[in-house]
Amino acid sequence: MRHGARKAAVAITSITTVVAMTLSGCSSDADTGTTTEPTGSTDGRITDEQRLEALTTPTNLTFWTWVPGVEDQVALFEAAYPAISVTVENVGQGLDHYSKVRTASQAGSGAPDVVQLEQQFVTSFAVTGELLDLTPYGATDLADDYVPWVWNQVVANGQVLAIPQDSGPLGNLYREDILAAAGVTEPPATWADYKTAAELVRANTDSYISNMAPGQGAGWVGLLWQAGVKPFGYDGGEGVTINVNGADAKEVVSYWQDLIQNDLVSVDADFTDEWYQGLNQGKYAGWLTAAWAPVFLSGAAADTSGLWRAAPLPQWDVNNPSSGNWGGSVNAVLKASENPIAAYELAKWINHAQEPALLFATQQNFFPTKISVLEDPVFAAQEPEFYGGQRVNEVFAGISETVDTEWEWLPFMEFAYTSFNETFGAAVAAKGDLSAGLDAWQADLEEYATQQGFTVNG
Amino acid sequence: MSKTIQRKQTLVAYGFILPFFAVFAAMFVAPLAYSGYLSLYVNRLVGGVSFVGLENYARAFEDSRFLEGLGRTALILVTQVPIMLGLALFFALALDSGRARGSRTLRLLIFLPYAVPGVIAVLMWGYIYGQSFGLIAQISSGVGLPSINLLSDELILFAIMNIITWAFVGYNMIVMYAALKSIPGELYEAAEIDGAGQWRLAWSVKIPMIRPAILLTTIFSIIGSFQIFNEPKLLVEIAPTGITQGFTPNYYAFNLAFVNQDVSYAAAIAFLLGFVIMIVSYVVQLSTQSRRFQS
Repeated sequence: MRHGARKAAVAITSITTVVAMTLSGCSSDADTGTTTEPTGSTDGRITDEQRLEALTTPTNLTFWTWVPGVEDQVALFEAAYPAISVTVENVGQGLDHYSKVRTASQAGSGAPDVVQLEQQFVTSFAVTGELLDLTPYGATDLADDYVPWVWNQVVANGQVLAIPQDSGPLGNLYREDILAAAGVTEPPATWADYKTAAELVRANTDSYISNMAPGQGAGWVGLLWQAGVKPFGYDGGEGVTINVNGADAKEVVSYWQDLIQNDLVSVDADFTDEWYQGLNQGKYAGWLTAAWAPVFLSGAAADTSGLWRAAPLPQWDVNNPSSGNWGGSVNAVLKASENPIAAYELAKWINHAQEPALLFATQQNFFPTKISVLEDPVFAAQEPEFYGGQRVNEVFAGISETVDTEWEWLPFMEFAYTSFNETFGAAVAAKGDLSAGLDAWQADLEEYATQQGFTVNG
Repeated sequence: MSKTIQRKQTLVAYGFILPFFAVFAAMFVAPLAYSGYLSLYVNRLVGGVSFVGLENYARAFEDSRFLEGLGRTALILVTQVPIMLGLALFFALALDSGRARGSRTLRLLIFLPYAVPGVIAVLMWGYIYGQSFGLIAQISSGVGLPSINLLSDELILFAIMNIITWAFVGYNMIVMYAALKSIPGELYEAAEIDGAGQWRLAWSVKIPMIRPAILLTTIFSIIGSFQIFNEPKLLVEIAPTGITQGFTPNYYAFNLAFVNQDVSYAAAIAFLLGFVIMIVSYVVQLSTQSRRFQS
């Protein structure tokens, strides 16, 4: 169990050794019942009869995902709906996955029915018209079962574009022993406290309180999210809002500018050999990170077991605690699917029925998005040894409630992150002018948006 | 009568090369024509596809990312390529002189990096370059020197040049060494009778004799430099801010197509890159040829 847990956690963050694992469990040979489904009853909503027919007609579905061990959830689905046979395929992770989904979807053949997407890329795929609107299939009925901010991530302009799977609200994982040695007994409650603690850690130990990876756009954006910055927006048509260099964003980065230039935090690239060493050897006394990280860390820094603790992020305003999000994914149905009803039922069932949804939390170690799973004692009451028996899941479940619900993405996040690395990320790496880095990022994003035919609103 | 036989022979000859041409047309000419066609359009996220003629090419000439990438490749061309070919020539001559002991083993060792898959090589160098726990850092801190970050935004280009030199010096050496082996022995005897030493022999006999091989490795290196892709693609994981989107033109074309969703512009960049390679290779070939005619 524990070993499997680590494996899963490693896979969450982009290591691709799971291809074989995922490919091995696929393809049972049912006959290909690829009949085109009727598009709906008179009011556009799928009727119960249509649903029943779709779920009892022998059908083959294809599901592209990088999630290791998802065959178990799929097997539960197939047991519940014996007429449906699902082929799970892992076509790569990150960029590889996305470019294949786009290619297949635009080619009009060979595309899967259901795909895995990170939350932040839902808009990017919606803009190119690749995602099926799930509203006629009854997706709106699910809204109240999910954490509100998560549900907002899959809704755009009244359309439900995906079913949430996991998320990554931001918290603070820290080395209790190093902080204690530095004279910090409580996890910093405010960002001001955090700076004081950072100074103590630098003065009294060989560690940095944290590492702020220059190339980790999603993590930085999560910190802006926490501060209530609204850098992105998309109206579903031609208009995008880009405001990454507003006064509120600059206030956040000037805080980090101060810490970086005074050598209070390190700026090493993350998920590299160096970084793993740094975690294991106590170079970093903490990590401002997402809810999927606790399990990941327990595998990546196994030497330091028992020394870590979890806490919410330091706050800008202690009376209004808030957090941002980093990572997390959803299952969406492609418009190219020939069996949209069955495909929707697959995406819904594995993420909504209690058994498979809880299994994601306990087996894949995904941080849940469904309220009933977050509250399930099997998940919430875990007391991992790595964190000295602290109920880490409970901490993050509490954080999840404080995530700002009003957050939007640009419809071209792939470009936005690459550009981030060249502009803001480069400024962080050089310990240079972060504010100018934001300006450069803003200019680059505006230029790309205009090039692509969008109208940019300030 | 003989005419019909000749015609028959011609037809048979064409028949023999037909399979090649079929594959060549389907797998090379057709995709090339298709990307040429793509490069004349623009595919926007909003507004879709429209014909723009040569606008993509005009855009490339004003694109600082593309031009910087070309500049970076040019820098590699004028610094790394001469060093690499110089080393390769030196090794080839040293091995050929027969003075070095265990020359077979040496030859194999120098050639070995070429056989290491690029992915492994880059992973390995990533470890060696690491700032605080890497091999170089550990050695330099062991002797009391400050550690330098070879993966920093400023030094990453030189780190890549070093990897490329390491990987391809053996390959170029083998090409030159093979050419050295085919020089007829009489020339050496004649030179020795004239009283030439090893250095003189190398300079006045060996190097002029293997000039075609050196030219070949130069042209290959030029093409290789412009097509650098693996190194930035892999090192971007450990140096995410140093490797920019347009680090090399080839890497830029990839990013344009698969990150920016701008396939048309990527096709234009690829075509321009092809033209640049052709021009530079041709100029190099021409200049060496004219030099030969002069001498």
